[in-house]
Parts: sequence; structure tokens; C-alpha cells
Amino acid sequence: MIKVFVPRDSSALSLGAEEVANAIQVEAAKRDIGIELIRNGSRGMYWLEPLVEVATTAGRIAYGPVRAREVSLLFEAGFLQGAAHPLRLGLTEDIPYLKNQERLTFARVGITDPVSLDDYLTHEGYRGLKRALDMAPAAIVDEVAQSGLRGRGGAAFPTGIKWRTVLNAAAAQKYVVCNADEGDSGTFSDRLIMEGDPFVLIEGMTIAGMAVGATKGYIYLRVEYPHAHRALNEAIEAAYRAGYLGKDILGSGRSFDLEVRLGAGAYVCGEETSLLESLEGKRGLVRFKPPLPAIKGLFGQPTIINNVISLASVPIILDKGGDYYRDFGMGRSRGTLPIQLAGNLKHPGLVEKAFGLTLRELLYDYGGGSASGRPLRAVQVGGPLGAYLPESQFDTPIDYEAFAAIWAVLGHGGIVAFDDTVNMAEMARYGMEFCAIESCGKCTPCRIGSTRGVEVIDKITSGIERDKNVRLLRDLSDTMLNGSLCALGGMTPYPVLSALNHFPEDFGVSATEKAA
Amino acid sequence: MAEQEWDRETVQGILASLKDKPGALLPVLHGIQDTLGYVPPGSVPLIASELNLSRAEVHGVITFYHYFRDTPPGEQTIYVCRAESCQSMGSKTLEHHIKQRLGVDYHETTADGAFSLEPVYCLGNCACSPSIMIDKEVYGRVTSQRFDDIIETIREST
Repeated sequence: MIKVFVPRDSSALSLGAEEVANAIQVEAAKRDIGIELIRNGSRGMYWLEPLVEVATTAGRIAYGPVRAREVSLLFEAGFLQGAAHPLRLGLTEDIPYLKNQERLTFARVGITDPVSLDDYLTHEGYRGLKRALDMAPAAIVDEVAQSGLRGRGGAAFPTGIKWRTVLNAAAAQKYVVCNADEGDSGTFSDRLIMEGDPFVLIEGMTIAGMAVGATKGYIYLRVEYPHAHRALNEAIEAAYRAGYLGKDILGSGRSFDLEVRLGAGAYVCGEETSLLESLEGKRGLVRFKPPLPAIKGLFGQPTIINNVISLASVPIILDKGGDYYRDFGMGRSRGTLPIQLAGNLKHPGLVEKAFGLTLRELLYDYGGGSASGRPLRAVQVGGPLGAYLPESQFDTPIDYEAFAAIWAVLGHGGIVAFDDTVNMAEMARYGMEFCAIESCGKCTPCRIGSTRGVEVIDKITSGIERDKNVRLLRDLSDTMLNGSLCALGGMTPYPVLSALNHFPEDFGVSATEKAA
Repeated sequence: MAEQEWDRETVQGILASLKDKPGALLPVLHGIQDTLGYVPPGSVPLIASELNLSRAEVHGVITFYHYFRDTPPGEQTIYVCRAESCQSMGSKTLEHHIKQRLGVDYHETTADGAFSLEPVYCLGNCACSPSIMIDKEVYGRVTSQRFDDIIETIREST
């Protein structure tokens, strides 16, 4: 039986992958050819989706982007044997975009059937957990600390230190919570891995449970991800059936239960304390810290709360050792970062690379420049609370500290590119508007300052007392930065002020005035 | 305006199956909205008493989260992404077109009851911007023309 792969990833589906899969089934039946159609995850090369692959003796051959109406012509050309066709891209593994990556966390994504436990096990799955089950909890935590892994959600806090705090906190019940409320615009790595390799997240969370003595885990998933919801639930059910979740995991005597909970469209619930409130069934109001969630987290108990990618990076660290992971990267940014290229780019997609390559390499070597063919003018890195960077900063390396040094953030690794038609004053206004819509309302600078911010920007762009209002916007930003409990109010000034500082002309402010 | 009738038995069934979960309120509200399409304001006292919460707490949660609604939606809900990546690929033009075409603004339902329109802040489909979601199906690289085609196909199939 010839194996044919058509992704079930929601971005591939958004471009017609379901119709393509159906057309392939129909066409194969019509020609009386036996095929095994596998619905894999996406390889993350989204300009080529729907990307259809055929397994041949030479390896998997890719065709894309395939439209349903082209399927019969592909059969005609002999694509099941890997024959020539204008859509043929050669061996998938040899496509430079993919070949030049360092896929550690995403090693299986796009290759396996995401919800097949057998496939997961065949591709080195659950080796990390098996090793962890033979280790003392403190040794598991040490391994993670040794890897240098820092929180991939955006705050970049060392994961090992967080876990050690939970390990050392005495309590009858501890929790592992996965923050899958990936609300940042321009980011989709959490979604991609939850749809493309949900078992790696389940394994990572189970290891976390073993490491700190937590027996219950929750994945807090945003409601905007229905396909990820389905994939996670299918995988969790398969893991329970095979004894990888539940009581007495693999005969170890230890247990771990896991459940997916849905959010309800609140951006602020991606903030960890707000997320915990939401999981407890309340409004997502940000909590004051301390106490840290590691000490008093979900239902007041010690809780590991980590981003999807952080937890999904744990299995390979336990399997291959902390040193293996640590050997990738630069400075204090160790390992790899799954970078998401989005917005106005010719080749948008997922690029997992060791820290250290530059923004320019990502935008041009991988991204291929703008989709519109016009010059790139600005990129926003790190979601709606990340700074806008002008062309002069494109040589900044992907490194937490290098970004901090230019008053920018790497965040969750999302990069949104804009061409020269963008109006940066409008983007700054949107930054404030978004904050006003999503503020939980606890801190006054965020709740009210964001609305005032929209008004002040409107005055600036209308030319009403411009100098005075620019000063006011800076003063307001300062208040928000220093007077908000969480990053929503505290970082909205990043996109706003970076837009003003780097693109003053869009606000009607001359470059000399901006220093005032 | 008199309140719409709602199916008390369904809500009671959902409450009975979910109320013992820790932090049950969000799962309960999802259960109700998945089944009835919205959370009827009249069900708030029932939810509150079953979960041992005050009515204000339940009301507060329903209104805090953008996703929960207290009025019946159209037959299908169209979510349009307003976030940065989609903006970089022309979502403002698309947004304008959709509102014109449907004759409604955000948080409104078309006169024939076919579509409700809601903004959304990122569908995680940023490599295929601009994006919309109709009920639980995501559509990428949506042009005004493609939007019209999608709506046409839906109208024909219903």
C-alpha cells in the first residue's frame, strides 16, 4: 500500500487540505489503487500548504501547494510513484527551509500521524518518560536545570528553577498546568505542536508531574483552537488506554491525570495568574505576586505552570540529556527556539533553530522577503506586546538578552512582518485599543490608560497640540509600564513607543522632535 | 423585552454532569453554550445555586469572557481576526467588505438570522493571513472574493 500524507493541521485545512484529502481518496478508489492516507501534522512550510507527500523507496516526495481540482492530474502524472509534475518539490527532507533547521522540539511534527501512539513510540517517543521513571525527582529537575531551558511563553524564566521551587514546596496535592492560551498574534507554534505531535506535550507534562510529585495536570487551551482540542483529546485517550496516563504509569506505581480545559476568548488569561483564576472558574483577574504560583498556584497549591513549548521540550532533554540541549544556542539563551514567521512574508512558517541567528536571516533567507514584493518596513517580534523593529535593527540576533538591550522582546518567538504600506501610528493606536479591549480591569493604568492612550494618539495624528500630546503619551506609557501588575498594561508601551520612536513621521512628528 | 424561553432540562443535565469538577463554572458555561448556542440570562440563578456561587459571580464570569454570549447567535458565527498579522495582509479591507456584505457590525446578527459577526484576536493561522473562522472551521488567505464564495457555498448547502 502506498502511503500518502495530507496534513490535518488547521492552517493546512484553512487552505483546503480536507478537500484535497477527499479528492485523493475518491481518485484512488476510481482507479482502484490501494493507498493508505495518513493525516499528518504540518511541516510548517505554509506557502506550500496543502502539502501532499508520498512515501517512496527514496524517501518522502512532496507536492505542493495542491488544490483539490489538481488531484486527478497528479494521479495522471504518476505522483504515487514520485513522478515529475510542476508541483513536485523533491524529497521533503531536502527542501532547504526544512533541511537547514534544527528540529529538536518539533522533531516529529509533520512526519508522524499525530494521534497514533504507535507512530509516536516508533519515532523515539516516551523515551524521556521511561528514563525519568527510573530517576529521583530531584535528578529530573537537575536535568532540566542543566539544559538551560527558559520559559518559552515569553518571560524566559529558567524552567529548572521553577520546578525546583515546586519540588521543595510541601503539599498533599500539587499541579502541573500547561499554558496553551496562545493569544499572541503572529504566534502559532503551540497550536502546530498540539495538532502535530500532542503526545510530546503529554509526555512533557507527565515528566513534570514525576519531577515535582504532582498527580494532576491541566492543559488550559484557548477556545479558538478547535482542531488542537480534538487532537489533544484523542491523544490523551490513547495515552490512558496504553497506561501512559492514569494510575500506576507503566507499572511505576506513580500516577498522573490530565485534562484539557477551554478558555473563552480572553487574551489576559495567557498571563499565568489570570489563567489560574480562570481554571478555578472565576473571572481572569490577575493576581498579585508573591506568592508565586510555584508556592501557591492552582486552588492554592504548589503548581508548575509552563508554556506548551517549554513542556514539549522536556522529553528530548530527558531522553538525550540536559547537555545535549544546552549545546545549542548562544549566551544565556540555550537550546532552540521555534520561530514563527508570519504576516507579510513570501515564505511564512515555522523555523526551529538554535538561538543566535539574526532577524535578517529569518526574514530574508527563510521568509523570502515580503509577500507583496514591496520593501519590508517594520517587524513586530513577540506578539501584540512586543516592540516594532525598523530595518536598522534587523541584524539583532535571536537571543533574549540581545533583544532586551534594544528595548524589545523575543517573547514567544512570533515575528510579524509589514511592508512599506503600513501606517505605524495606526499600529500604535491598535496596540492601545487592544489593551483596552483585553484589560482585566484590575490595574487602573491598564484599564483606563489604554483608552486614554487611544485618544491621545488620535490627537497626535490629528495635529492637535502635537508636542504636548507626545509628551503626554510618553508620560502615560511610563505610568502603564510601572503601574501595572502584569505584562498587558506593563508592556503595551513597547509597541506604542517603539512605533513612535522608530517611525515618528507616521505620527506627523519630525525626527528631531522625537528626542524631546 | 420578554426573555426567550430556554431549555431548563438541558441546563440541569449539563450541571449534573459537570458540577463536581474542580473549578466547574467555565466547563458548565461551555457545555451550555455548545448545546444552546448561548447562556440564557434566566439560567444564571440555577447555575449559581447548583455551583454554590452568587448570581453576581456567575454573571461576572459570563460577561468577562468575550466568547460567552447571553443572546442567541445566528445559525453560524463568523469570527474575523483583527490582529496584527492579518492587518499586515489587508484584513482591514476584508473586514470592511464583510460588514458591508452582511450588513451588520461586530456583535450583531444578520436580519435573516443566518450569521452572527464577531471579532477575534488571533486564530493562530498567522502564516496564512488574513483569517476568519466560521463556527469551528478556519479559513486562510481570505480575499473579499473568497469570502463571498465561502458564504455562497454555505447559503447553498443550508
